[in-house]
Amino acid sequence: MEMNNYSLILPKWVSKEGEAGDVVLSSRVRLARNLKGFPFPNCANNQQLSEIGKTIESAVQIENCHAGHFNILRVKDIDSIERMMLVEKHLCSPQFIDEPEYKWLIVNEEQSISLMVNEEDHLRIQAMASGFAVDFSLDLANKIDDCLEESLEYCFDENCGYLTTCPTNLGTGVRVSLMLHLPCLTMVEQIKKVLSALNHVGINVRGLYGEGTESYGNIYQISNQITLGRSEEELAGHLKSVCRQVIEQERNVREALYKESRIQLEDRLCRSYGILTEARLLSSEEALKLLSDVKLGVELDMISTVDKVKLKELMFLSRAALLQKVTGQEIKSCERDYYRAQLIRDYLRKSE
Amino acid sequence: MLCQRCQERPATVHLTKVINFQKTELRLCEVCAKIAGSELGLIFESGFSFQNLIASLLEGLESDVDLYQKEAENSDWEKESQCQNCGLTFSDFKNTGLFGCGDCYSHFKSGLEPLLKKVHGNMRHSGKVPKRTGGLILIKKEIEEMRSELQQAISTENYEKAAELRDEIRRREKELQREV
Repeated sequence: MEMNNYSLILPKWVSKEGEAGDVVLSSRVRLARNLKGFPFPNCANNQQLSEIGKTIESAVQIENCHAGHFNILRVKDIDSIERMMLVEKHLCSPQFIDEPEYKWLIVNEEQSISLMVNEEDHLRIQAMASGFAVDFSLDLANKIDDCLEESLEYCFDENCGYLTTCPTNLGTGVRVSLMLHLPCLTMVEQIKKVLSALNHVGINVRGLYGEGTESYGNIYQISNQITLGRSEEELAGHLKSVCRQVIEQERNVREALYKESRIQLEDRLCRSYGILTEARLLSSEEALKLLSDVKLGVELDMISTVDKVKLKELMFLSRAALLQKVTGQEIKSCERDYYRAQLIRDYLRKSE
Repeated sequence: MLCQRCQERPATVHLTKVINFQKTELRLCEVCAKIAGSELGLIFESGFSFQNLIASLLEGLESDVDLYQKEAENSDWEKESQCQNCGLTFSDFKNTGLFGCGDCYSHFKSGLEPLLKKVHGNMRHSGKVPKRTGGLILIKKEIEEMRSELQQAISTENYEKAAELRDEIRRREKELQREV
């Protein structure tokens, strides 16, 4: 397999470590907006849906929003692998590509900002960044929002705030979420306790790709549940302070395990490294699990030969659609595990 | 997407028919799906979904004693009362968890309030206001913020600041009246 600079197809934030990168993989802020004068997407007819698309498209072109060049994709014009890649890169939700008709995805060059047109709401503005960067992402999403509002008229009510298709997003329409890597809390089986405690303080826990998806590789997504009655900054502040506590708990358990059962832990993590560098077949689930172990090993200085950023890139590149893209050929699903193992071997060897 | 049969309600059921190796796909609303299903001899049971959760949240708010009586009164209202703008009924909303347009919020206000309380614990937006089109709301919000600052200034006996704030509030209020 030829080694290209694969990281080029990934969003830029993936190749950065970011603040508290030992626990927080990424931060994301999403704003839900609807245009005045149109029914919401679920009740709109095809003509209205295409008009909504055109209106938002031209707003993006008029206001370039100081966020670099935007690429406008018509979801129905791209093939299914490319669509799946968009989900794997977290640029859109899995639901968004289910029905590709009358949907647009607008993405900036760095792939840190994406606009979903005609998902559940007319417009969803999303900003992503590496590590613990809630304020940065909120600021970025707000800037894009203000900029687009220069030429778009939003559906807004003095008492209810931004009107959304589902009332669970009403008010600010803001969803702040953090992707957390919590291997040690999972290892000592405290994770369920922590996660259910979060539910009691208005924080949702979801899987890797959002609502209704499973969590692999000890990666969890936490986000605010409430959207009405508090300001964006208050909601973000609440999530931040809860997240800081989770980070601290994870770090405490890591330290305790390091002190009390260092050899056992080191053995387990290094075995995972061994499998990852020598295996000939790896399913995506197993790969994520092993990558999670190796990441922990690197954080705890037990494995020194691997670059942290490379590991994070691999967490993305080993996903099914992205894997096809980097190997540059169509892979049958039975061959996927073989190519995945090969990619990981080559990538880790290169980083040594 | 609208139901392909009635073109009125949102499509929530995906129906695939295969007859003599001919596959046809239909996207229907629940009402039309039931009709189409009974023609084919099928019975529809909607499964668990996030939307059903909303319906159960709405129902869980009423005590058991009132429930039967209320249900009879409510179900008429829920089925008959339509949003004038998009035609959605409250029972449509209970099925999908989704509104059809911005006007639904004012039309179904009374049915929605208990749900909002349960989900958000709060009823009034206190976050961002659109910059360009916010206009009067922005001024009102600023005045509200200054009022709470004023209270704080008084309680900390910072009278100089309090006087400044009071004058500024008056100025902004006049501005508001002029705009109205």
